[in-house]
Amino acid sequence: MPEGSIKDGIGASVRRKEDKRFLTGSGRYTADITRPGQLHVHFIRSVHAHANIKAIRKDAAAAAEGVVAIFTGEDVAADGIGGPICGWVVTNRDGSPTNEPPHPILANGAVRYVGDHVVAVIAETLEQAMNAAELVEIDYEVLAPVVDLAHAGSGPQIHENVPGNMYFDFELGDEAAAAAALDSAATVVELEVRNNRLIPNAMEPRAALAEYDPIDDSYTLFTTSQNPHLTRLVIGAFMLSIPESKLRVVAPDVGGGFGSKIYVYPEEAVCTWASKKLQRPVKWTADRSESFLADAHGRDHINKVRMALDKDNRITGLRVDTVANIGSYLSAFSVVTPTILHAPLLSGCYRIPAIYTNVKGMATTTAPVDAYRGAGRPEATYLLERVMDTAARQVGMDPAEFRRMNFIPKDAFPYQTPVALQYDIGDYEPPLDKALEMIDYKGFEARRAEAASRGKYRGIGLSSYIEACGIAPSAVAGALGARVGLYESATVRVDPTGTVNVFTGTHSHGQGHDTTFAQIVADKLGVDIGSVEIIHGDSDRIPFGMGSYGSRSLAVGGAAIAKAVDKVIEKSKIIAAHLMEAADADVVFADGKFTVAGTDNEKGFGEIALAAYVPHNYPHDRLEPGLEETAFYDPLNFTYPSGTHIAEVEIDPSTGVVELVDWACCDDFGNLINPMIVEGQVHGGIAQGVGQALLENAHYDETGQLITASYMDYCMPRADDLPNFKVDYTVTACTHNDLGVKGCGEAGAIASPPALINAVIDALAPLGVTDMSMPATPEKVWRAINDAQTEAAE
Amino acid sequence: MHHTTYMKAGNTDDAVARMADGGQLLAGGMTLIPTMKQRLANPETLVDLAGCGLAGIEDQGDSIRIGAMTRHADVAGSDLVRGAIPALAALAGGIGDRQVRNRGTIGGSVANNDPSACYPAAVLGLGGTVHTDRRDIAADDFFTGMFETALDEDEMITAVSFPKTGKAAYVKFPNPASRYAMVGVFVASAVDGTRVAVTGAGSDGVFRHAGMEAALDAGFSAGSLDGITVDADEMISDIHASGDYRAHLVREIAKRAVAAC
Ligand SMILES: Cc1cc2nc3c(=O)[nH]c(=O)nc-3n(C[C@H](O)[C@H](O)[C@H](O)COP(=O)(O)OP(=O)(O)OC[C@H]3O[C@@H](n4cnc5c(N)ncnc54)[C@H](O)[C@@H]3O)c2cc1C
Repeated sequence: MPEGSIKDGIGASVRRKEDKRFLTGSGRYTADITRPGQLHVHFIRSVHAHANIKAIRKDAAAAAEGVVAIFTGEDVAADGIGGPICGWVVTNRDGSPTNEPPHPILANGAVRYVGDHVVAVIAETLEQAMNAAELVEIDYEVLAPVVDLAHAGSGPQIHENVPGNMYFDFELGDEAAAAAALDSAATVVELEVRNNRLIPNAMEPRAALAEYDPIDDSYTLFTTSQNPHLTRLVIGAFMLSIPESKLRVVAPDVGGGFGSKIYVYPEEAVCTWASKKLQRPVKWTADRSESFLADAHGRDHINKVRMALDKDNRITGLRVDTVANIGSYLSAFSVVTPTILHAPLLSGCYRIPAIYTNVKGMATTTAPVDAYRGAGRPEATYLLERVMDTAARQVGMDPAEFRRMNFIPKDAFPYQTPVALQYDIGDYEPPLDKALEMIDYKGFEARRAEAASRGKYRGIGLSSYIEACGIAPSAVAGALGARVGLYESATVRVDPTGTVNVFTGTHSHGQGHDTTFAQIVADKLGVDIGSVEIIHGDSDRIPFGMGSYGSRSLAVGGAAIAKAVDKVIEKSKIIAAHLMEAADADVVFADGKFTVAGTDNEKGFGEIALAAYVPHNYPHDRLEPGLEETAFYDPLNFTYPSGTHIAEVEIDPSTGVVELVDWACCDDFGNLINPMIVEGQVHGGIAQGVGQALLENAHYDETGQLITASYMDYCMPRADDLPNFKVDYTVTACTHNDLGVKGCGEAGAIASPPALINAVIDALAPLGVTDMSMPATPEKVWRAINDAQTEAAE
Repeated sequence: MHHTTYMKAGNTDDAVARMADGGQLLAGGMTLIPTMKQRLANPETLVDLAGCGLAGIEDQGDSIRIGAMTRHADVAGSDLVRGAIPALAALAGGIGDRQVRNRGTIGGSVANNDPSACYPAAVLGLGGTVHTDRRDIAADDFFTGMFETALDEDEMITAVSFPKTGKAAYVKFPNPASRYAMVGVFVASAVDGTRVAVTGAGSDGVFRHAGMEAALDAGFSAGSLDGITVDADEMISDIHASGDYRAHLVREIAKRAVAAC
């Protein structure tokens, strides 16, 4: 689609409409909402990683000041309340289904991670609830924890129906073909990597406020959700048996999610359940410690990689064996993330004739693990881009040239990979070339030498990634085990005065939808962006919605909006034809005006809107009054953003500190609606990737205690950890949505960790260092240098 | 339970009397309030020192006296401190973030004696004196272990004084997460010779390193520290840095501090 002709249309870096309220502290978040008579719930959480609950004594607490109710797993069971379900399961190698253990909303009989919710103490004030909680006595029979992922299978069994602590054993690809390629390879490259475990750390902690209305037996749940309709479906249909029509779920402003607010959590279900039992609103807001302990964590894989090259260094095969930590319970998308969102990405942007992968999903006594910005694709990209560098080094090729010669050529699209996906379009060399130029790749050796003269080791690292956004189509997802559809809805309602309300099923929790979506509508209708209102996050106002994750909002939700707008235009044309006494086919719509070809008759969009609602002169025989259209859009395929990121680092050998000194990236996101917002997404994504590669690590000790349970120990990236990013784009427009867009939300987090680790290894390679695990902390780097020097001396 | 009475002391005697009644002093609250929020401290009475007139920096000729309630930002920004002991001003300017520096106080920091805190290194490294409501305590006698000091149960710091010296430097290797000191070394040329105080690293809290001091007295240069060993067994070992890495850093950071003097 060409750039729009109107000022704030497609392609313009319009300032974000929502920022005024965010930056002035006037956002309206769940915790800001107060309902008359509301009670507060405090959850008593397990202090043990693994234990049987022998007894819970709550009498003293029940008698404490302000306490209204104390609920345990037995109360939940007595009311027949279900747990949060797994939204997508897979079939095992042997044809059996995923093992799905129960996940009670309050632990019943056993606890399985530190932070597991055991007792809900509900009181008039939060302080009273917390005070009373200290009076509850819980007798535990402590069991051995399962913390070490590599040996999770031999640990004590955590769930009755999960033998060997294995939830699933998934495979994809052709095992024999991959084995044949490895057997006949001129070079076999081997690598084992660990994708470190991360904690999402959304700025706004999770919160929920549920209210029951006895008059019409209905509920309203305000909650921090990326997808309120899914929350309604799961809590209504699967957990509390509330008809969906009797449950309204509202996700107002949400302060970040990164995936962690996709899932339905026990806490929000407890609030909803208790609101009816107690006939009063019940509110919960997580404190930061609870966020660390009980938000779904991300990543946590061990990947064993073997890659086959022929004598010309072309890749002929790949085998990846993955063990994924799924944690104590199956969170909504915990199964799909390391399987369907991971395995099909293993071809990257390379022509690899044979690929096979096996993924074992393991139970451990740690917090549930689920999708986190990138969800499966960062893990795939990390292992692939690491092994690409390892291979290049092993065969003595420049890593950029090794990638280039193995890229899928641009005339090979649509390209069918051996791991299920069909890439519709792409062109991988231009972003590589551009990024190399942006960072001055040719001048690197001179910079390395200059750094050496200052006693620093300088390194450069590449990552040429591909990712898959906007999971689709629903039929394929269904065949692969999805229990939901993956379309999106939009309603466009034009008011009599020509202002436009857009109801979208996606959800904005920081991405700027109020602006981007308004730009699309303003551009297509030729109206001022100020007259377009984006409404999201309320199940009573939106037809239906699948929410925001997987960089799907624009490619799927935006495409649905574009479709609904097209329907509005089609109807408007008929009204215009009637008003101008012309044939429908002669009416042309452009720049907000309806004209009749070959005449100077014209009608503005506002006139049409008015005619639709004041239908005195109206084609009643052909049209209903009003101007409102709904569209559901189910995409034909994933979209495939790609690009190259390059990191440059300097290492201080005396401390091991890695300084990130430069970053260049060139991404192909298809068409850009708002380049400024896209750049912000790239920056944020890279920052998260830098966090993973250098700083962040969720660390459980051998007893299963989370040691990194506060910002004193969990290291988030800060502004001064980052250089200025050089960001640019190439464009191959997506072939199967009207906007030609692909999605940009996760690319930075997917591309960046391997670029950075490759740069660290490159810096240390002259010493003989060939591996570095994430996060590359000063101590690890210092030790690698020391070990290499000791070895060299021997 | 968990009910706290807040009161403001009018002067030092008032504060000490209330402390004797079980009150806990509140200075900047940067450590105490988060601890209370986590329910790890539950004082029945909080005695706010803000009204006791204990903030201020005085030139005393050979030394500078800093009132207990003086905020880090005020020490960092003081022309007097920047002129007479620039290393001390720089140390205060490197504590936490802007918000912390605008609340946290020298008295609170020194009384708390967090093993990763910066100020204890300055007090010990400069050979300062801790003034209390009842006595003066030399730095060498004040810090007695992790979170332990020579203060009596109901004793209150009123000021800390530091001998002036232009030849001093503090270098902090921050813990990447908390940005407290993972290793911080304060080196100063004092009347009684070179003093080297190390914070963040020692398993008994801040300490002086006699070997380094002797080496620097023999020849004040970073190179003099090359042969020095730091005992890894006496270091904190945690997920951020094991004992031997910390021991290595102590020497490395000390060299940088010497070079910066
Ligand atoms: C985010 C963050 C980052 C930080 N980073 C650093 C850092 O990099 N380096 C560093 O050194 N520190 C750091 N700190 C700690 C900061 O310096 C605090 O100011 C300091 O630890 C406590 O000082 P306070 O005035 O806030 O004391 P408070 O929290 O009010 O009190 C601390 C303790 O001292 C007692 N106390 C207070 N005043 C007196 C007195 N006059 N006499 C006797 N006892 C007293 C109190 O009763 C309490 O037990 C950081 C703190 C935060 C929150």
